[in-house]
Amino acid sequence: MALTDTSPQTMDLTGDPKRLAREARVRRVFLAASVISIVVSVAIILSLVGEAWNFLTKIELGDLNENGWFPRRGRFQILALIVHTLVISAIAMAVAAPLGLGAAIYLSEYARPNVRRVLKPSLEVLAGIPSVVLGFFALTFITPNVVKNLFSSASQSNFLAAGIAVGVLIVPLVASVSEDAMRAVPTAMREASYGLGAKRWHTSLRVVVPAAISGIVAAMILAVSRAIGETMIVALAAGTNGIMTLSPLDGGLTMTGAMAQLAIGSDQVAGAVAAFQSLFFVGLVLFFMTFALNVLSERVVRRFRNKY
Amino acid sequence: MALNTLTHESTSTLVRERLAGKKTSAFDQLVALALLLALLSALAVLIVLLADVVRKGMPVLTDRGFEFVTGRLNPEASEAGILQGIMGSLALTVFVLVIAFPVGVGAAIYLEEYAHDNRVTRIIQANIRNLAGVPSIVYGLLGLAVFVKLLGGMTGGRTVISGGLTLGVLVLPIMIITTAEAIRAVPQALREASYGVGATQWETIRHQVLPVAMPAILTGTVLTIARAFGESAPLLLAGARLSLFFSNSTDAGLWDLVSSEPYTALPIVVYNWARQPQKEFVELTAAAIIVLLILLLAVNAGAIVLRDRYERR
Repeated sequence: MALTDTSPQTMDLTGDPKRLAREARVRRVFLAASVISIVVSVAIILSLVGEAWNFLTKIELGDLNENGWFPRRGRFQILALIVHTLVISAIAMAVAAPLGLGAAIYLSEYARPNVRRVLKPSLEVLAGIPSVVLGFFALTFITPNVVKNLFSSASQSNFLAAGIAVGVLIVPLVASVSEDAMRAVPTAMREASYGLGAKRWHTSLRVVVPAAISGIVAAMILAVSRAIGETMIVALAAGTNGIMTLSPLDGGLTMTGAMAQLAIGSDQVAGAVAAFQSLFFVGLVLFFMTFALNVLSERVVRRFRNKY
Repeated sequence: MALNTLTHESTSTLVRERLAGKKTSAFDQLVALALLLALLSALAVLIVLLADVVRKGMPVLTDRGFEFVTGRLNPEASEAGILQGIMGSLALTVFVLVIAFPVGVGAAIYLEEYAHDNRVTRIIQANIRNLAGVPSIVYGLLGLAVFVKLLGGMTGGRTVISGGLTLGVLVLPIMIITTAEAIRAVPQALREASYGVGATQWETIRHQVLPVAMPAILTGTVLTIARAFGESAPLLLAGARLSLFFSNSTDAGLWDLVSSEPYTALPIVVYNWARQPQKEFVELTAAAIIVLLILLLAVNAGAIVLRDRYERR
């Protein structure tokens, strides 16, 4: 018991209360900053759903099945916009999937480090080109010099030119996400493949690509999502026709194109309330399509990833 | 990780060259060539695009020179200039920086340094990833509904404030993701050493984590700015003027310019001119694109300079 007498006074280890209060304050500030992202999501959904609901109550539901998308005349065939969007996305993927994947395989499996150091930043430059610039390029170069040369019947604004430009826009996305997936494949698998006498093409195409397939598929889905939401290229190069068409040589409004079109006329359209609100309805459909694709791409990565 | 990629490069090269010698099959080389072609054809488009824009736009820049950059919008092609677009874009950039940088860095610090791995944190993280995938034009709808209409009393409606807030919110998720990556790359030992000498969490973040992460954060910020600078779809809806010309009152003060005067941005000018069918406007558009790309190049070069300066310290 004598020991307790000599023991030091119990020290107060809780620290300076001022310092602790500051710690708590700082933490709250940072928490608030991260909660803002939730607020943004809620605001997006509320503003879309609110106006879209107003739109649906204002029109006859049959108007959604009228022939064509002519908001100022009360014809709101959303299906036409969706079909046009899918046509452009399909063309874009036909361009971006082979080019992007080929570039990714080359960069990951073939390029020597010094070659890679030059080529990869060049792809990033391509990724940095504003989409409005690619739209101008589609309109003034791809259409007259490429599309019209091959198909003289193509109209001035056509899905083909817009789709090619969107494809070029998303090549860097496909390439960088797929390349990341392939570089994550362990070296041991390549060595095992070489060790068994496989040739280089066999190793990269039959061993590495299958091993990275979840990431590659995710990259493709993300790219589709990006293509669907791309606005400026289609607004400039895909035309303003509201009648549904499947021909890549014709032009027409996509979802984003229709929104841009409404935005251009938003001063005049102030009276036509349903036309203004249709903007939000289209936006909501677009939001859900891209959201579904983004979630799907994440699922693919999580579900089918091979763990090594 | 670095070690892993290093061994990957060297072993595969070594094994291939030793085992196969010079006897690479023709098919093997064909595949390599095809893959390289895929990459090069994407880059070829880039080169054709740049050459085409320069060919079309250079005459305007050489003929009119500085007058084109300092001229105002005008329906008459020979008179039209891009000053209002440049000023608008710069003003928007300031807003993006003021909004996205503090909020983005703050949110990233919370997620990386403070948050526990619980349900709320995972929801916030998933939410940020999803926001990053929302098409930019949807942010325009948000800007139109919230900043232009709902908060019109505060923002002045179709003003730089509305557009700047919209772009700021648009780049916020990218800002958070790049900053979080930068913070994650700071070695844990640094934090432990700091706690070991009695620093609090905030002191550790302030004096150890942030200084080390800063080059990467700043690089990410500048690249984010570049992205906002070239963005036009959201501004279509968030109030940028889409006419061939508009006038600002000449005696408006700086605050009036952002809070009540009409505005536009350089990419929007490009869009407007690109829609005009006349040949003169095609040339004007190309010239405006050259200026836009030069400005973007300058911003990106700024990112590299910033990173180098910080890393040398």
